[in-house]
Amino acid sequence: MSVLVIADHDNASIKGSTLNVVAAAKQMGGDIAVLVAGQGCSAAADAAAKIEGVAKVLLADNAAYAHHLAENLAALVVELAKDYTHVVSAAGTTGKDFLPRVAALLDVAQVSEIIAVQSADTFVRPIYAGNAIATVQSSDAIKVVTVRSTGFDPVAAEGGSAAVEAVGAAHDVGISSFVGEEIAKSDRPELTAASIVISGGRGMQNGDNFKMLEGIADKLGAAVGASRAAVDAGFVPNDMQVGQTGKIVAPQLYIAVGISGAIQHLAGMSDSKVIVAINKDEEAPIFQVADYGLVADLFVALPELEGKL
Amino acid sequence: MKVLVAVKRVIDYNVKVRVKPDNTGVDLTNVKMAMNPFCEIAVEEAVRLKEKGVATEIVVVSIGPKAAQEQIRTALALGADRGIHVETDEEIQSLAAAKLLKAVVDKEQPSLVILGKQSIDNDNNQTGQMLAALAGYPQGTFASEVSVDGDKVKVTREIDGGLMTVSLNLPAIVTTDLRLNEPRYASLPNIMKAKKKPLESTTPADLGVDVTPRLTTLKVEAPAQRQAGIKVADVAELVDKLKNEAKVI
Repeated sequence: MSVLVIADHDNASIKGSTLNVVAAAKQMGGDIAVLVAGQGCSAAADAAAKIEGVAKVLLADNAAYAHHLAENLAALVVELAKDYTHVVSAAGTTGKDFLPRVAALLDVAQVSEIIAVQSADTFVRPIYAGNAIATVQSSDAIKVVTVRSTGFDPVAAEGGSAAVEAVGAAHDVGISSFVGEEIAKSDRPELTAASIVISGGRGMQNGDNFKMLEGIADKLGAAVGASRAAVDAGFVPNDMQVGQTGKIVAPQLYIAVGISGAIQHLAGMSDSKVIVAINKDEEAPIFQVADYGLVADLFVALPELEGKL
Repeated sequence: MKVLVAVKRVIDYNVKVRVKPDNTGVDLTNVKMAMNPFCEIAVEEAVRLKEKGVATEIVVVSIGPKAAQEQIRTALALGADRGIHVETDEEIQSLAAAKLLKAVVDKEQPSLVILGKQSIDNDNNQTGQMLAALAGYPQGTFASEVSVDGDKVKVTREIDGGLMTVSLNLPAIVTTDLRLNEPRYASLPNIMKAKKKPLESTTPADLGVDVTPRLTTLKVEAPAQRQAGIKVADVAELVDKLKNEAKVI
């Protein structure tokens, strides 16, 4: 048995979610190889080699993989996959994009967003927006799996000393190309990695008012998130969305402000250790999952909260 | 150009999901069913492409039991031209769905296939990507903007860090994210007209596709319930609790 983990990285460093994926891979059993595919990504490969429990790093450094286009990345992974029993990535937007393509080309099923490993072929995953938890067994020779980071404690980023091996294959399928991207720049921690998250919903009324959350976030070292309603209303960009179809978070402390608590939002944050809800509607469903509820006008409560921190 | 849209019949998103007492699955008896919300967005995008004069024909396909014809009729009422129903009472997993859709693509030769990014029942987020792989087409997943330009389509995708735009050679696969558009409602006259639109029926056997499941669901359980905590009187008490009781700040 052997597991191929496809790393999430930005060429210079490995994203935190990869450490959770390696933790899941360890439970599947066998040697763990990590593929770092990109352009100018040798620094990321060196970082991957230091991850605890990694036996080997495969470095595919080529212009074809520069923007992780699914068509090219899938062709590469399919070629490598034949030597492994498991092919695994984080269930971020990159993994969700290319990995089903890999599975189809291998003629195997994919098991999406697992939150636990029961055995080498049996996995646990939420369905129906987390309203049901399914245990599924794969009968395919190669198990293709995406991992929900919050389901696994990360392995150590340091301590390993794997060899880095270059992979020569350049798969440029030539049917897609990168045009551009708008990546949000922020000094705050990443949503999915932050130990404290403060999110705003429709009750924030507009995007400007999110500055009230940012002030508190900066005092707490927190990330700022949003409900789907706030994103749909155009208050804030999509990358801030927490929920079933946005980001799944499980911080030590989640503060929901002006969020009613729709099922699809709860699906993205209900594994948080401590949940605080601030809402003026005392009937809001968010209070049913909150450890500490404050029924208050957020425009009064937020400045007071910032002042007391 | 011809656009193919795939739609799925799923539990209505407003329905409270209940796990069966014997842990074999989710109870769907006498539960309201509807078109998967992401599929509604896919239909709407196709209709808008037709209204812009980009698409000339919209074919809608659904895989599932007889009742899935309701969702095809809904799509026809929203503006699709004709329907294809792949009728089966078997459990169809993503890979099998992709193979069935590939067979339909081979027959119909659309320039663009639009699907929802995931269905709200199994939350797999796989079928569009798998179809793209099997057809050898490029894919624009989690689309928030789609524009066809000659023999290419430009797709803006919602990614973890923000937005990414790719250019794909046609034919291509697009999967929809939430903010691609806001689907319209079908008008009564259009619902009546949709009843007369052509709807052809086929089966996995007719299409020559083996739909045997690869994954076995061993059990389905209700998630651990979170208990509601306490209400605090004011911000001072909240800060005190977080510092001294929960010890998280």
